[in-house]
Parts: sequence; C-alpha cells; structure tokens
Amino acid sequence: MQLWFSEMQTPNVKFSIRVERQLYSGQSEFQRIDVFESPEFGRFLTLDGYMMLTERDEFIYHEMITHVPLAVHPKVKRVLVIGAGDGGVIRELVRYPEIEDIDLVEIDELVVEVCRKYLPQTACRLDDPRVHIHYEDGLKYIRSCEDEYDLILVDSTDPFGPGEGLFTREFYGNCFKALKDDGIMINQHESPFYAEDAAACQSMHKLIVESFPISKIYQAHIPTYPSGHWLFGFASKKYHPLRDLDETRWNLRGLSCKYYTTTLHKGAFYIPAYVERLLKDVE
Amino acid sequence: MRELDQERAPIYEALRDFSKKRVVPFDVPGHKRGKGNPELRELLGEKCVGMDVNSMKPLDNLCHPVSVIREAEELAAEAFGAAHAFLMVGGTTSAVQSMILSVVKRGEKIILPRNVHRSVVGALILCGAVPVYVNPEMNRRLGIPLGMKVEAVERAVRENPDAKAILVNNPTYYGICSNLREIVRIAHSHGMLCVADEAHGTHFYFGENLPVSAMAAGADMASVSMHKSGGSLTQSSLLLAGPAMAEGHVRQIINLTQTTSASYLLLSSLDISRRNLALRGRETFAQVVRLAEYAREEINRIGGYYAYSRELCDGDSIYDFDVTKLSVNTLDIGLAGIEVYDLLRDDYNIQIEFGDLGNILAYLSIGDRPRDIERLVGALSEIRRRFRREKTDLFTQEYIDPKVVASPQEAFYAEKESLPMEKTCGRVCSEFVMCYPPGIPILAPGEEITDTILDYIHYAREKGCSLTGTEDPEVLNLNVLKEV
Repeated sequence: MQLWFSEMQTPNVKFSIRVERQLYSGQSEFQRIDVFESPEFGRFLTLDGYMMLTERDEFIYHEMITHVPLAVHPKVKRVLVIGAGDGGVIRELVRYPEIEDIDLVEIDELVVEVCRKYLPQTACRLDDPRVHIHYEDGLKYIRSCEDEYDLILVDSTDPFGPGEGLFTREFYGNCFKALKDDGIMINQHESPFYAEDAAACQSMHKLIVESFPISKIYQAHIPTYPSGHWLFGFASKKYHPLRDLDETRWNLRGLSCKYYTTTLHKGAFYIPAYVERLLKDVE
Repeated sequence: MRELDQERAPIYEALRDFSKKRVVPFDVPGHKRGKGNPELRELLGEKCVGMDVNSMKPLDNLCHPVSVIREAEELAAEAFGAAHAFLMVGGTTSAVQSMILSVVKRGEKIILPRNVHRSVVGALILCGAVPVYVNPEMNRRLGIPLGMKVEAVERAVRENPDAKAILVNNPTYYGICSNLREIVRIAHSHGMLCVADEAHGTHFYFGENLPVSAMAAGADMASVSMHKSGGSLTQSSLLLAGPAMAEGHVRQIINLTQTTSASYLLLSSLDISRRNLALRGRETFAQVVRLAEYAREEINRIGGYYAYSRELCDGDSIYDFDVTKLSVNTLDIGLAGIEVYDLLRDDYNIQIEFGDLGNILAYLSIGDRPRDIERLVGALSEIRRRFRREKTDLFTQEYIDPKVVASPQEAFYAEKESLPMEKTCGRVCSEFVMCYPPGIPILAPGEEITDTILDYIHYAREKGCSLTGTEDPEVLNLNVLKEV
C-alpha cells in the first residue's frame, strides 16, 4: 500500500510526500486542518491542502524570519507575531531574554490546539509567560495599535483564504503605524519562481515599498515550499538590514542555529537577477 | 386557485427540462447555444450560453405570460405581498418608467421629492406629466437629502388637489425612509395613487426590524431592484402592483418599451432569487444587518468618520433608516466622500458603491465576509492616517431647490441651443446633469440654471465626480431653451 500527500504547486506541477498515516483531520470555522506523519519529512501540517510546515525543514523558515531582524535591531522588547499558530516563530523568539512581551495574533484557535497536540517540536514554547495569544483577525487586531512594537513578524499563509487580509496595503500601512520609530516588519514574501506566486510576490513588494522607507528582500531555501526558493521581506523605518547588522553582538549571544549565521544573513540579501528585476519593476 | 409553493422555481425548472430535451435550434439567438460563438462560450461557460434561449411555448413569453412565467410572477407576488408582480428585464429604470406611465399621463401632476433617480424624470419626459416637487429636508451636517415631511406632502396635496399620484423613495440611496404608511393614507384619502421607488429596498420585504415595504404600507405600485439586495443578475428587476391597479393595463404599458426577446438568464435569476429570498431571506438579512452594525461600530471607533444609523431618525423627514446600508460621512477627516471613494479603489483595491461630496456608501450583502469588512475598515483607518487634513472649503450643502419653468417633456423637446456651461446662468435647461452614481439629477429638463447650481457642478467636477447626462460628452456645454 502506498499513501501520498500531494499539493498542486501550480496547475501543472504536483509535489508529493509519501505518508505513513494521517494523525489529524478537522475543519475549523476558517479552514481545513490536517497533520500527517511521513518517513522523509516527519510530521507535517497542511491548511486547506497547502503545506505549512514539516518537522524536517521548518527550522529554515523559522530561523530566517526571526534571527535576521534580531541581529539588526539593537533593543527589541515588544514583538507582534501575526499568524504562526504552529508556534515555530515563538520558539525562536523566546531565546532572546531581552524580549519582554510577545503578542501572538492567530485567527484560528483550532490551529494552535492541533499544533500543541501533534507538533510539539514547534508548539513547545507557546506557554512561555511572555507570550500572549489573541485569537483574532490580524488586520483587525493591528488597526488599533499605534507606536507599540519594535518588531512585527508576519507569518502569513497565502494571498487567498483566511490570511488574504495580510497581503494588503491597509495591513502594511497599519503595521507601519503600529511600529515604533525604529521598528522593523518581516513578512513571508512568497516565491518568485512560478508565475502566479511571482505576481503575488511582486504586488506585495509594491505595497510594502509604498508603505515603508526601507524595503529589502532576502531569501532562503525551503524544500517543501513551491520551487524551494522562498523570499522574506525586510521593511523598516530606520535600520538597514546590512549596514545596521551587528555581527559581533549577535554572535556573542552564543545562540546555535541550524541555518542562520551572520554570514548567511549578508548573503541572503543577494538575490538572483530575475528576482531583482521583478522587484525593481515596482520600486 | 392553485396552491403556491415558494420552494418551486417554474422558469428555472422549465429551462432545466428544456435543456434535457436537446432540441435542435432553428430559431434565435443565432449563436445556437454558443456553438456559433466559441469565444463567448469560453468566457461565459457552456451552461450559461446554453440557457440563452428564445421565448417558446414550453418557456412562455414575457410579453404575454400564460404558463411558467405567469407562475413565477404569481410566486413573486405572493412572496412580496403584492396583488401582482411583473418580471422586468430592462433594469429598475424600466420598472420605474412603467410604474409612472401606469399612473399619470400627459398634463397630469405627480407629487414627488426632487431627489429622485433620473429614470423618474425620464418617465415624465416620455409621458408629459408635470412634476410637483416636495422639497426633501437636508441634513446640513451630513449634506444628504432626506425623506419628505408628512406636512410638506399634505401641503403639496392641498395645493394640487388635481394631482394623480405621489411617488416616494423607499429608501433613498443613503437608506433614509419617509413615513410611507402616512403618505399612502394621505394619497388615498385624496383619491391619488401612491407609488414607491424601491430600487434600494428589496430586503424590506424579507428582513426583520427593517423599514416597512411599499406593499405592506398599502402603496399601489413599487419598483424593486432584485439585482441589488435581492441577488439576481444585473438588469433584472420587479414591478409590484397592489389591488387597485389593473394588471392588464400595466402589462400593456410595460410592453410599450420592454424588449420582446427577454433574456432567460435574467428571468431565471429572478425566479431563483425570489425562491432564495422567500425561503432564506430572513436569516440572510439578519446576517447582513450584523455585518453592517459591526462595520459601523468599528468605523466610528476610528475617529473622524461618521457611520450613521437609526440615531438620525426624527419621526418625520428621517422616519426610518435602513440599517443594512453602510453610509459614512467623511467631512471631519477633511476629505470629500468622492476622494475617499477614489482612494479606496486606487490605493486599496476596494470598490464601493459611491462617493458624493460628503459621504461614501459601501453596499453590503449576503456575499460579504467578515474578513472583507476588516479590509474596508482597515483601509478607512489608513486613509485617515495618511490623508487627513483640515476641514476647510468643503461643500456641505447638496440640495438646491429647483425652479421648474417648464415640464420636463416640453423642455426636452423644445427649440434649444448649446452654450458653454458658464454662460447658461438664468437660462432654462433642456437636459440632465448628474453625478453618477447616485444618478440623482442636479439639473433636470425644464429647470432654471442658477449660479449656485453652476458652482456646485464646478466643485463636483473638481473633486472628481463623474458628470453625466448631457448631449456634450465632456459636459462642458449645456443645452438650454432658446429665448423667445
């Protein structure tokens, strides 16, 4: 018997992972939630059939969305995380003792519940006393925040479905307002490779460029995401992701990572020519 | 009498049965179920072009319905509490015009508020009836025209005892209702008919705690835009009639201007939507009201914006308010409604129904999801943060009392000349000028042009309103009556 999970990464490209068994399947108010166990990638979470994370490669995404801004911003105390009900971002954030408060805004309570039960690898630190979970629409939550956060991490799903409000100009504008004068916003920025993803990527970049004075893109390689080539957005009011990178300070922390290093940090901002052009067109 | 069953949709059922028979078409339409127009079939889908068929015995004929269309009309009449319902395929414009042509003819008077849709004045041009305008009250702070005061209607009736009918907007574009029951009573006690433009009021027939519908208030006719809150396809509409109207006569009037090739896509959409409303309308509109209340609360919390509701009610010129309408006044953030309307579309990819000088209107329906409301509120909050300015030199007054010099028909067909707009002060206009939407005339044929009106047009143009109605596509020249 062979059991496979397949995701149509485009109408013409299918990505499949052999599955040993399905651990969970449920429907929340917002989406279908599934957890599978696989020989190659360990446990993995899908929402509406789209891959969110696998135990095997989630470290890449979570380290890259978290440590890049924290190696730049000198004094992050208050952090807002939007999405990220799986807890992976939180696990990385709580490694920084100077962070005082983390607000986690997740629209779907069931995602958190399911991850606590089936994905302890990422959900393990959700009970840290600095973490406050709000089950709410991210766009709604942020509307009333002004000058509150040093760092906002947007761990969104896709530009369609329950997270689509997190890919809009009103959302990025509201993030700008919610950040302090030297605040940074990092967002998952889709892939530049397949046409439809590239279009989303380009339009997000346009909206962020219009909302923030500094807007740069960096990349990582994530095997289970479409094309494997994934981007993040670094939007900032004051700090530049390379000029304000303080390698010594970060390295003295002695945090051990599997993907992130301060050398890789610098390299990650050097992106392929076709991606540069894609972004330049809307800058 | 046949037992009516609102679960049925006779036109839809007949179309379904008909398509199963795979009849070979040697009749119009010439695309022959799309086979002759593959690009159209690709665009609209096989099912859609396959249902674009002609009138025939099994499918009845809208000009003289005897079978499935007749049944669909009977079901609609029952669902809306009317004596008769006519399915309309020329938009609510055609319903309004047929309604007016059914109640007044050449030289007869009709009492109506000035903030009527252009289709009403268009009907007066067609039939030669004479308007007696009742000044709708203005809310100065919001800059919107309201309903008619009962006392003002009584005065108009007293001064024009020979008038044949009274027309009421139920509600206005902004959601404001006059005291319809009382106006119907006044009309009937003076031997006049009362008709309602319910282009924005379909849901009154099905929702709970909404303003009274025209049929429930005892009005004689009502034009209902099923394609707005009713969910049917654009251009489909209903004309409702009370027991005082002769069905055959109204049908004859409709047939003067309505197509003899009615679209079955439109007809079946009316049929299915009526069934939906009858079976599920109550819960549907309860949900829309919840969304609208939530949106109002959140918008008012932003500051600067005023999303108004029932608190405006004053028992007379604002007798009731349609709480499904999300009307928002923008003047306190220093922006004209039309500017916010443009920003929402250009910067935030959000298209709303209209923006006028002081307000915007977002049209809510069962198709809206809470997350879309969050986007609208989020964008409004951002527009305030980014564009807010001092509230200076913004027009607040929108209603201009018209001086009617000639009947719309006389003025429209009279000897006329075209003049540059700025040279027309003091002359009599022979055409329409309006901002679209909402399509309420600033000038109608037969009205005197004044400085105030020209200033208003100039300002509206400057703020980015789309001006329409004139023969001149640029709306720089106006047709005026030749001076004798």
